[in-house]
Formats: sequence, structure tokens, C-alpha cells
Amino acid sequence: MKGKRVLTGKYFMMGNIACAEGALAAGCEFAAGYPITPATEIANRLAERLPQVGGVFLQMEDEISSIATIIGASWTGKKVMTATSGPGISLMLESLGFAVGVETPCVIVNVQRGGPTTGMPTAGVPADMVQPKRGSHGDYEIIALCPASPQEMFEHTVQAFNLAEAYRVPVFILADAFVGHMREEVVIPEPEKISLVYRKIPDVGTDPQKIKGFLDVDVAPMPIFGKGFRSHVTSSCHDEYGKRNLSDLTALDHFIRQLSNKILKHKEDIVKVERDYEGAEVVLVSYGAVSRAAQMAAARAREEGLPVGTLRLITVWPFPEEEIETMARRAKKVIVLENNLGQLYPFIKAEAAAHADVSFLPPRVIGEIQDPENILQKIREVLK
Amino acid sequence: MSEIVHPLHKFIRPYVTSTTNCPGCGNGIAAQAILRAVDELGMTLDDFVFVTGIGCSAWIPSPFFDVDVLHTTHGRPIAFALGIKVGLPEKKVMVTSGDGDLAAIGGNHLIHNARRNVEMVVICLNNGIYGMTGGQAAPTTPLGLKTVSTPYGTFENSFDISELVIAAGATFVARWTTHHARQLTATIKKAIQKKGFSFIEVITQCPVQYGKKTGSGSAVQMMQEYKEKSILVKEAAKLSKEELRGRIVVGELVEREAPEMLEEINKMKKKVSGEKA
Repeated sequence: MKGKRVLTGKYFMMGNIACAEGALAAGCEFAAGYPITPATEIANRLAERLPQVGGVFLQMEDEISSIATIIGASWTGKKVMTATSGPGISLMLESLGFAVGVETPCVIVNVQRGGPTTGMPTAGVPADMVQPKRGSHGDYEIIALCPASPQEMFEHTVQAFNLAEAYRVPVFILADAFVGHMREEVVIPEPEKISLVYRKIPDVGTDPQKIKGFLDVDVAPMPIFGKGFRSHVTSSCHDEYGKRNLSDLTALDHFIRQLSNKILKHKEDIVKVERDYEGAEVVLVSYGAVSRAAQMAAARAREEGLPVGTLRLITVWPFPEEEIETMARRAKKVIVLENNLGQLYPFIKAEAAAHADVSFLPPRVIGEIQDPENILQKIREVLK
Repeated sequence: MSEIVHPLHKFIRPYVTSTTNCPGCGNGIAAQAILRAVDELGMTLDDFVFVTGIGCSAWIPSPFFDVDVLHTTHGRPIAFALGIKVGLPEKKVMVTSGDGDLAAIGGNHLIHNARRNVEMVVICLNNGIYGMTGGQAAPTTPLGLKTVSTPYGTFENSFDISELVIAAGATFVARWTTHHARQLTATIKKAIQKKGFSFIEVITQCPVQYGKKTGSGSAVQMMQEYKEKSILVKEAAKLSKEELRGRIVVGELVEREAPEMLEEINKMKKKVSGEKA
């Protein structure tokens, strides 16, 4: 295993380990973190594996410095990540906005647990679904992926690095303790079969005065440090050249809109969902671990001859409004399943309610995956 | 007729035509000391990456110096700088920030990176006040001083930041005032060459938010006071704690050797890859 970046093979592997291996396969060179349940295995694995391939893992004094130090390293051209859980994300939020504001590629894994506050660290609850998008102050767009299996912990982590590099934006993996601690078959492909993306940088030797390194909706080349670009990188309102402007409101408007439009313009390329609702009257909308129960319930319902389909959100941010609308236009009834009190439900309802009856099926007990039998009961209810 | 150009103008970002510092601010003295040190060492700013937090002193390199600079969140510049140093170990990384940024909101990163002994230079402009936000008390404000946030006088003891950083394990720690521009330049030169965490505290005047509001006088009066109160560290060693009350101990307070973190990481990597260290 020593020295190999990609551990090609078939494994019975924990989700968190698969996530760390996905990072290695994606080319991660630097990671930093702070111990926290239920995400710690990712950091432990990176601490062991990164030095084997010439990388570095640092255990920091807190999560604030974890995100700060990976952002710093990203500005030197490295592919970087950090992994934590809800309380750690809460601490990271200010610098998350910084990373958005100066367009820094980085991957942030949240293995979610039971909140609020210290809650129940080992419980698998997708408790922070809106936090990446609305947690830091100000308007901004971000990318977040929702894995439902250890295999996806590997694959989504690779995708997260690719998206971060392509769009110069922090990309979240919104896992939870279910998926993070689950052990299942994980297939790691050969390195040639894993496509990787690297950020664009300006041509070395370009006149620093002429480098437009920011605020391009088609993603400006990143004027990384150490190449003679003499980059002025400030998260305060700035223009395409990075020049600060703290007095002109139209400059602020431009700053905010360009950052958001950079993601929204490419939404079609970014958003991934799994559709299985051909001819269905009832569609179960879910994501992450709960989608496994939804798929099982849909399969059983179909066996009974009930017209049931599923829509699984893989990308939850930017929010897949168009996908929800398309689905709702075809369905009659939409049931939203989440293992929380309905964090994405209002967003889904806002798109779907004009075209279908939308209802929410909360978990019987928060942190307990819905029993497919309960879901079936709900399906029969809405079909009555 | 040829134009007369300041010898350090080559280090100023081309589009910068004016300073945001208030008249009498000590930032200019510190900025000149940094640039003189770089120049006298025969280095260029391309050998450096500068990192700053939030506060007036964060604006010294951002945008004035023509250099790679990351202007970060409040209190965190040292944490960002750590990642930059790991990514670009061949570059010199310098942080300029204030007492509020480094000793209040960012205190944790200051002590932990002093402990790690990561090679970088941290220059702390200590004006004993929150200048940018209008003169609130800082952890460095003397006990009893009236400020806008302590209208009846502060009731908290103040920090000796240099002593804090020494205790945390930094391998080079010095303190000067803005009255000691030449000594400061010489010390910055040593700090840049030091393989370890270097911390330089610069006692500096904020004539607007400190001098005017607390009755300490103009910039000149404040610098005059620094001159009178300062005592060299080797002279201070002969005096008792009582006798040193109200004095500013200046000079190179600590210079020592300790394992530097990036060198330790490289040793670890070699061990892991089976190479002989």
C-alpha cells in the first residue's frame, strides 16, 4: 500500500475510509482537521496515507484553523480538503465565506450527526443540509453532494475535487454517520479510469497588472502564489483584478452577482440527480442514506402494482429546482423523505407544489432510517 | 528632468497612489522597516508571501506591497500562513497584524504556531487599541484606561504578547517601538533569516483613536514617550519588577534553537517513504 495513490481493487470498506481514499485518488496533497465524531476516521486515514504519497496532514488547534490552513495551501496550488461534523462546520463558516469570496478550490466533508449543539455524535442525522448554503453570511452559491453509500463516499469525493478545481469554489460532501460508518463493497478503479480536473492558472510571465484572476462567470484562472503573479487576494469587495473597492455599491453588486452567477450559469453541468419515476403517480424525493429506504419502498410498491417512482438528489446545492419542477409536472403526489424535521422540504415544496400534492414524511424517530413499511403505508395513504 | 523616486518605491504596487493610514500612524514606519530589511538582504518581494488579518496594520502589504498577499479573516492570518508555508516552503512567509487580531480573536493560532515553531515572521503592531473600529479597549490596553468600550476605565489586566509567545515556544522574539526604526529594521532582517517562528512586537502609536481619545497626545508626543519609557533588555535584566513598572523593555528578547516543524515533516516523510533521513 506504501506509496500508491490509488488503491485499485475491491474492498469491504468503511464510508469514511473510502472518502479518504477518494481524496487520494483525486490528487489531494494537503489536508488539515481536528478530531470529531463521526468524521475522525477520514483524518486518521489521511494522516497515515498522505505522507506515503508526498502529501501532508496537519492536526490543527481547532476547525477554524483547519479551514484557514487548507485555504492557504490551496493558494499555493495544492488540492486540499478538511473533514469534520456539524460543530466543526459551525466554527468554519466565516472562513467558508472567505473561500467563496476569493474563489478558492477546497473540499469540505461534513459527516453529519445529531444536532443541534453537541447533540448525539454517533447518530446518523443529516442535520446540516442548509448550513453550507446559508451558514456563512451574505449571498453566495456553493456546491454540495450527498453520498448514499461507501462507494459514493469514494466517487463523490473525487467529483468534489473535480468540481472545486473546475469552478474555484468550496465543495461539500454532505454525508452522515450512517454512510460514514457503513461498511460495504467499495470498488476503486484503476488510476487511468479516474478522470481528474486541475484548476486553470495564468501563464507564468504574464504582466501581473494584466491578470484578471477573479469574478469571471466562466471561472478566472487562479493567480496562485509563488509564480510571480504578485496577486492581491482580499475577500473584501474587489474587481476582476483583485483590487479592493469599499465605496462603490455597483462594485459590491458586481462582486456578489459574479460569484453567484459563476455557479448558477453552469448549474446544468453541476447538478446530478437519480431519476426513476417513469409513469409514476407518486414520487418519493430523498437524498443520502434515506434514499436507500425510499428505493426499497418504491420497489415493494411496484411489486404491489402501485405507480411509485423515486427522485434522488445527488447535488443538493446549487438546489436542483428545475429537476424538482420537471418531476412534479409528471407526478400527482410527491412525498419528501428526510431523516430530520424537513430541512430541504420547504425548498422542494416551493418548486413542486404548483404541479403536485406535496407532503413530508418525517422519520418516526430522528436518526432512525425510515422503515420501508412505514413509507409504503404513507404511499397507500396518499393514493387513497 | 528625471523624476526623483523613493528607493523603496520599486516595492509598491503600481496602482497604489495614496495611503489609507491616518496622519501620524506608525504603520508607515513599520512598512519602511520591512521593505528596508528586504532590500538590505538583497531579496525581492517575489521571495515572499504576505498574509494579513483584519485591522489597520493588515493594510501594510494589502494592497501597498507589490507581492503575493492574502488578506484574510479576522484573527486567522497565522493559520492561513501555515498552509501557505507548507505549500511553498522555499518562500518567506510574513504576517503583519495588530494586537487585537493576533492576541484577542486570533490568540489560539498565535500560541500554537509559536509552539509548532513553523518558520515564518509575524510582525505585531501593538497600538493598545482597536483603531479601525473607533478606539475600543484591546487585551493590550493598560488597566484603568478610558476608551469608548470602557467609559469608566478598563477593569481587565493586559497582555504582554511577547512574553506569551516566548512561553509558547517561539525561537525568535523581539520588541521595539516606532521610535526604534533602525533597530527594528535590523531585527526584521534577522527574523527573515531565522529558521523558526519569529515574532516581533512593535509598540506603535495610534494618534487618532488612542492619542487623542485617551489624552496621550500627538504622534510625536507618543513617540517621545516611547523613547523615554524604553529600556534595553540587558539593562532591564538588572532591575527589579517594581523598577520596571511602566517601562517598555525593548530589544531581542529571545533567540534560541528548537526543531522547526517543516523540517520535522520532511524527516517524517523520508522515514515513511523508506529513504534514509
